[in-house]
Amino acid sequence: MNSKSIYRSKIRKYRIKKALTMLFVYSVLLIPLIPILLMLGWLFAQSFSEGPTNTVIPRGFTLENFKFLWARIRFGLSEYPTIWPLVMNSLIIAIATVAFEVPIAALAGYSLSRMEFKGRTETMRLIIALHAFPGVILLIALFYILNRMGLYGKGLLTLLGVALIKAGLSVPMDTWILKGFFDGIPWELEWAALVDGASRFKAWRKVLLPIIAPGISAIAIFSFMSGWGEFLLAYTYVKRKELYPLSVFLYSVLGEFVFVDWGLLAAITLFYIAPILLFYALTQKTLLKLQLVGAVKG
Amino acid sequence: MKIRDVFLSISYFLNKVEPLKIFFSKAISITKKYSRRSLPYLFMMPFFAYIMLTWIGPVVITIILSFTKTQWTITNMRFIGLKNFEKIFTRDIFAFDAFKVTALYVSTVIIINAFFSLILAIFTTYFIKNETIASGIRLLWLVPRITPAVIYAVLWRWFVDPDIGMLNRLLSLFGLPAPSDWRLTAPYSQILMILINGYVGASFGMIIYSAAITSIPRELFYAASVDGASDWQIIRRIILPLLKWPVFFVTSWQTLSLLSSYEHILAFWGEAGTARAAEVEVWALYSYTKAFYDDEYGYGAALSVFLVIIGMFFIVIFFKIFGFRRMMQPSRVEV
Repeated sequence: MNSKSIYRSKIRKYRIKKALTMLFVYSVLLIPLIPILLMLGWLFAQSFSEGPTNTVIPRGFTLENFKFLWARIRFGLSEYPTIWPLVMNSLIIAIATVAFEVPIAALAGYSLSRMEFKGRTETMRLIIALHAFPGVILLIALFYILNRMGLYGKGLLTLLGVALIKAGLSVPMDTWILKGFFDGIPWELEWAALVDGASRFKAWRKVLLPIIAPGISAIAIFSFMSGWGEFLLAYTYVKRKELYPLSVFLYSVLGEFVFVDWGLLAAITLFYIAPILLFYALTQKTLLKLQLVGAVKG
Repeated sequence: MKIRDVFLSISYFLNKVEPLKIFFSKAISITKKYSRRSLPYLFMMPFFAYIMLTWIGPVVITIILSFTKTQWTITNMRFIGLKNFEKIFTRDIFAFDAFKVTALYVSTVIIINAFFSLILAIFTTYFIKNETIASGIRLLWLVPRITPAVIYAVLWRWFVDPDIGMLNRLLSLFGLPAPSDWRLTAPYSQILMILINGYVGASFGMIIYSAAITSIPRELFYAASVDGASDWQIIRRIILPLLKWPVFFVTSWQTLSLLSSYEHILAFWGEAGTARAAEVEVWALYSYTKAFYDDEYGYGAALSVFLVIIGMFFIVIFFKIFGFRRMMQPSRVEV
């Protein structure tokens, strides 16, 4: 009887200790996240609030803030007829980024994975080196190149220039990721195509690309999202107001801090971040995996 | 491939003429041989061209620009030798300020990025046994990184706003002094800079470490705890020694990327003068400001040459220490 109670108290002690450890673990993991969660909560609350709110509870409920979707937008001194041209600008950058990035990375990834050629190892070294090298410090020289190519200050071409550079800075890593996908396909599939008389190019296009479609679409989604969220390049190279993508527009609104209409600001921000949150919810697994190989630099 | 198709179709029409037939069959075999060797390069061509345009070219141009006085427009160049560098070292007080801020920035944020992330990784992989909860927490930590820089800046602008923000309310709730302006007064703005960038950077290390810890066989932990080892001893004696290389990797990788990152600072503090007044203008941002606000492209390039050199130095270190083989898996042609 006595030994049993000692045993029980030992178990109880162990359980308390375990519970305290877990409490500590969870508080270290979650307490620092509170500010971030509060901010996101505020974003939702504020965009449906009637006035500025300093909590995560909306003050009243209104859809007034979302009027920007059809009416003209007035922020301090600047005025925009509607938001849709800005959305179009963001979309152009995002789509062009995908269009520049994916085909080049898919070709190069295939070649690096399955062809023997002089300089192959050196190319892979170069890719790793470029991935480590911080591209954002080259903005001045890239500005020079945009100027020389005639892509600066030429209307919509400027947006294409932004996408061109945006894609260029992430092409090495995409090539690397797609090479990994190609490495996963057994030789036999390609041999079968080649024996049937296909050229390497045809085998790539008709046999291998469909197999790595998940990889291609992951890369495409990622580059679309990073093009959609692009700020620095667009801010640096796009100077005309009607060509602003949403990111630069939001930034310019933040600059006019005198007349900040927090409700409108939050509503536009929510509108801007919605596709990202959606994709985020849909691709969690791929997200964690691609983070591992460093798809998103930082 | 295209060339061969053309040859094939021509030869199809002309193959009744004997000499031509011979000629074309020879031409086809030559292109076949030729294409076997050149095909990889054809596949790689767009990639190389693109890399030249967006990486190799800009590095060279940055170095060339740094020896010029390029003002007002970027094509207006005048060669002035080493004068830019002379100015940086002797007469530019802002450069020295930027240097100090950068030292503070890198040395503090790296603690979050490389070591706090280690705690995050150990806690989510070793203590939390439920994989769904663990990856849920990891995903939450990814939020600041995934959020576009401007939106992240909007959120922080609200959070630290003295009038309608929540930070000061929380602080006064706990009886702590609430500074009236987080954004523009020096020690607070620098704390803010560290926090804003720390949240973004923590997840990178966390994910690398988590992958390393999950690859440790669980049996090691079980065996140790059967032998009476406490959690702390298991972490100290098993996990940490095995994480030596990942920690070193993340530390050096993040040092390089912190040295050159300024996007979040720019997005949060906005116009050039604000960041300088708030004493958060890091070296990379100073170079950016010089080029794109003051239109002194040559001087800005000279400032960024330092970062280019540091970047190359780090890359050499990566290859020397981590070794190329360890950084990549074998490709199809090698297995």
